[in-house]
Amino acid sequence: MTKEEVRAAILEILSDIAPDEDLSSIDDDKKLREQFNLDSMDFLDIVMELRKRYNLEVPEKDYEHLVTLSSCVSYLQPLLKNRQLVG
Amino acid sequence: MKIIAGENRDWLKGARSFYDIVVIGSGLAGMTAANMLAKLGHSVLLLEHHYNLGGLATWFKRKKGHILDISLHGFPIGMIKTFRKYWTRDIADNVIRLKSIRFENPQFSLNTSFDRADFTRILRERFGVLKETIDEFFLTLRGMNFYDKLSMTTRELFETFFPGRTDIHRLLMEPITYANGSTLDDPAITYGIVFSNFMDKGVYTFQGGTDQLVRKMKRELVKNGVDIRTHCLAEKILVEDKKVVGVKVNDREIACRTAVSNSNLLSTIHKMTGDENFTPEFIQETNQVRLNSSSCQVYIGIKPGETIDHVGDLLFTSEALEYDTEALLSKEVTSRSFSFYYPEIRPGSNRYSIVSSTNARYEDWADLGDAEYQKAKQRLIETTLDALEKYVPDIRKKAGHLEASTPRTFKRYTLHPKGTSFGTKFEGLKISRELPNQILGLFHTGSVGIIMSGWLGAANYGVIVANEVDKFMRSAQSQTQAVAGV
Repeated sequence: MTKEEVRAAILEILSDIAPDEDLSSIDDDKKLREQFNLDSMDFLDIVMELRKRYNLEVPEKDYEHLVTLSSCVSYLQPLLKNRQLVG
Repeated sequence: MKIIAGENRDWLKGARSFYDIVVIGSGLAGMTAANMLAKLGHSVLLLEHHYNLGGLATWFKRKKGHILDISLHGFPIGMIKTFRKYWTRDIADNVIRLKSIRFENPQFSLNTSFDRADFTRILRERFGVLKETIDEFFLTLRGMNFYDKLSMTTRELFETFFPGRTDIHRLLMEPITYANGSTLDDPAITYGIVFSNFMDKGVYTFQGGTDQLVRKMKRELVKNGVDIRTHCLAEKILVEDKKVVGVKVNDREIACRTAVSNSNLLSTIHKMTGDENFTPEFIQETNQVRLNSSSCQVYIGIKPGETIDHVGDLLFTSEALEYDTEALLSKEVTSRSFSFYYPEIRPGSNRYSIVSSTNARYEDWADLGDAEYQKAKQRLIETTLDALEKYVPDIRKKAGHLEASTPRTFKRYTLHPKGTSFGTKFEGLKISRELPNQILGLFHTGSVGIIMSGWLGAANYGVIVANEVDKFMRSAQSQTQAVAGV
């Protein structure tokens, strides 16, 4: 997956988790929590979706990387680069 | 009550000999974990010893059309999201806000919509607190998290912001005590975490009643492939070489790779798994875990055709001069929370019911002889009616069904040690989280550690544990595949 594809994949997960949020105006460098109504359970959902969709395990100590959209992309892109949607 | 007719029935008829996951207990946490794990593609068996699902999220029916809810009123707004994400949009859409929460005690009498704006107004206008102090208090609570130090108690937290103001302490503490059994002596972070969920954006209920909610959940579980078995008492979690291999239920052994216990934490360890399967240090630490308190309730079904005026949805009443943990737990009840169920709760119905709840200690009820126990229950009903008469005149005339439950009742229906209705104190959470490190494939979910208590805490803990289970199942699977050379 390219950087662009990883970004799109994260946005898709976010739109499933928070269907009422308008993600079109997202600021990639601003904390997700500050832009949207997301709580710690939503971040757990992101981790679960990554496992389900890409068979990717994010260890608890790495949760801190899931802060902004761009930090998500830089953390996940190397891990996802050789992966595709499961199934 | 034993159902005699069902005694010879095989409640496990047609059950398979192996499931990926056996979930023991169908409280909100157990059901939520079962539902998620089934949706993630695992085979799941859900065992419940009672004939109804729901655990303490339950109801019962009595003759003449009375339906009584045990714990429906007053969950936090987060439940809407939890229902939507882990259950269905339809369930989430039936959550409605409770309008009026009332406090009546010797220190103050007030009505609130139970949200930050209204608490701020009340603290300023009624209690004369500076806006800066209130904002700072809310901000401090919001900033609290799981990793904060535990040394500060809620009492100390209150003293920092509102020194000597026992009236404010009562306003801030009483609802939480009824919600999760915590007190001023519990760690401040448990208060902070719960408060931020709870006293920020109002309190809610499910339109349709607990019966309809659980019916909808059951339908969803079945749709997702969960094998649900009621009347099935899990006696033992079978462990070999520090690994879960199965569950013994109704005298039958069913193999599984993972057991998720939604039974009480201490019974999961001591009774179902057995101390011999854990390290001595772990058992030693487990022995330090304190159970939370239990409850007494009085159920008042209003006669068909009778009505009662709107006097609030939740009413926190107390005759005690100040907030006092001992008084709240005492068998000599001075404080009660009343939940009023008006017909809007079950659209199409014209029925009313009122449920009074008090926190209680099992020890006060455990050793009473039959006659004494019945007398004590009757007294509980009478004193409750006395207290309620102030708000609902003629309640004795309007009441069609009266019934009381005690810590003994809670013990009988939930099988929780000492009938605890709020799991364990804070230290239980660490033990609960630690189980899979002791025994592969052993997990616990459900009311524990105060912050994982109540409807939202329990349901979300079901999700958190389901995530751990899914992670474990997938890694176990990839290991097997690696060994098999797949």
